[in-house]
Amino acid sequence: MTRIQLNVNETIHDVEVEPRHSLVDTLREGCGLTGSHIGCEHGVCGACTVLVDDQPVRGCLMFAVQADGKDIRTVEGLDDDGAFNALQQAFHEHHALQCGFCTPGMLMLATWIVERGLPVDDNELREIMASNLCRCTGYRNILRAVRAVLDASGQDGAGA
Amino acid sequence: MKPASFEYVTAESWDAAAASLAEHGDDALILAGGQSLVPVMNFRLAQPAVLVDVNVIPDSAYLQIDGDSLRIGALTRHVRFEAPGIDGPLGRLLPRIAHHIAHLPIRMRGTFGGSLAHADPASEWCTLARTLDAVMIAQSVTGERRIAAADFFHSALATDLADDEVLREVELPALGPDWRCGFAEFNRRAGDFAIVQSVAAIELHEGQIVSARIGVGGATETPQRSGAAEKALLGGAPTSELFAEAAGAAADAIEDFLTDQQANADLRRDLVRVMVLRALEDAVSAG
Repeated sequence: MTRIQLNVNETIHDVEVEPRHSLVDTLREGCGLTGSHIGCEHGVCGACTVLVDDQPVRGCLMFAVQADGKDIRTVEGLDDDGAFNALQQAFHEHHALQCGFCTPGMLMLATWIVERGLPVDDNELREIMASNLCRCTGYRNILRAVRAVLDASGQDGAGA
Repeated sequence: MKPASFEYVTAESWDAAAASLAEHGDDALILAGGQSLVPVMNFRLAQPAVLVDVNVIPDSAYLQIDGDSLRIGALTRHVRFEAPGIDGPLGRLLPRIAHHIAHLPIRMRGTFGGSLAHADPASEWCTLARTLDAVMIAQSVTGERRIAAADFFHSALATDLADDEVLREVELPALGPDWRCGFAEFNRRAGDFAIVQSVAAIELHEGQIVSARIGVGGATETPQRSGAAEKALLGGAPTSELFAEAAGAAADAIEDFLTDQQANADLRRDLVRVMVLRALEDAVSAG
């Protein structure tokens, strides 16, 4: 076992891990943060997407030991003092989830797109969000929700 | 879907990585981006006793023109090739290829050197390396070895790298301004593995094809150059008719097609014909 330190949503977690433990398993079992979901465990579905040093990462394809000392952001850190942030609110308003299993990964990937601050046209948005699988919504409502937030923050892609 | 236990070692230099491999032999594997290796470990198809993480080695991610070569650091992430900052036909080709590799979060982690060392038959970078006759630079505790692409790919997921060698750098020829390069790939779902892909590079002089490199990936265990297609192109003008003839020659010349649940030999043969044709068309339209 190795002792590592993860800074998750601005809270330091000291956890003991085996090298074979994935980052997402460690977030769920070591840190008690079960918001990040585990789907395929081979990098295809994106349900486990978290931000590591502000970059989207498949949590099943990074070992926790590799994230030692890094800043991790998960779905638990998105809310605004207990209220939905803009993306969460948009997912709610546009009915961008049904069962909710893919939602944490979708939200973290979308958070990266929004925080990147660049204009995103519909094609690029579709292509990036296609990184993650959803088996309920048919994707349109997810795209609408992210689009709404991008438009509201001036990243409408018109100038791209 | 959890990997077997292993010992985790962080290498802070290529020397340290080579020393770890020398110590542990075939019990050790290099961990680069992990976007192919970790799934394989999760499926327990690979169970290394030791994993040597090279991600923290400094100055190992770069694209650098050096005379007639483009030197590529093994840890250069795929996403870096989407804006390579390199002039000329190679600089225009790299983003068009990189774009086909999996999805963006994977491209932000996965590495150029890792793709080559993993040697998946459907790897875009392996096909590029074979087409352009890249040189792989491997390091071990006894020194450095330069490996030609023609010798590097042994079979699916198997390369010429010895158990104690780590891939440190790759050299591609920096193609001159008269080259035109194209790429085409077929898969069933966006971001999925290619079933067949092709890289085409032709050099034009006064409207004639004076050099040709046609590479095909995904069709066979290792990426191949198509001598038949190249021969068909040489000396001709870059017309649709000639491209179709070369593409047909590429498809007819292959005998050892991969067959799997995605595609049988007949489908792969037809896809080789279409992908080579599209790669050549891409070369003259965008290359």
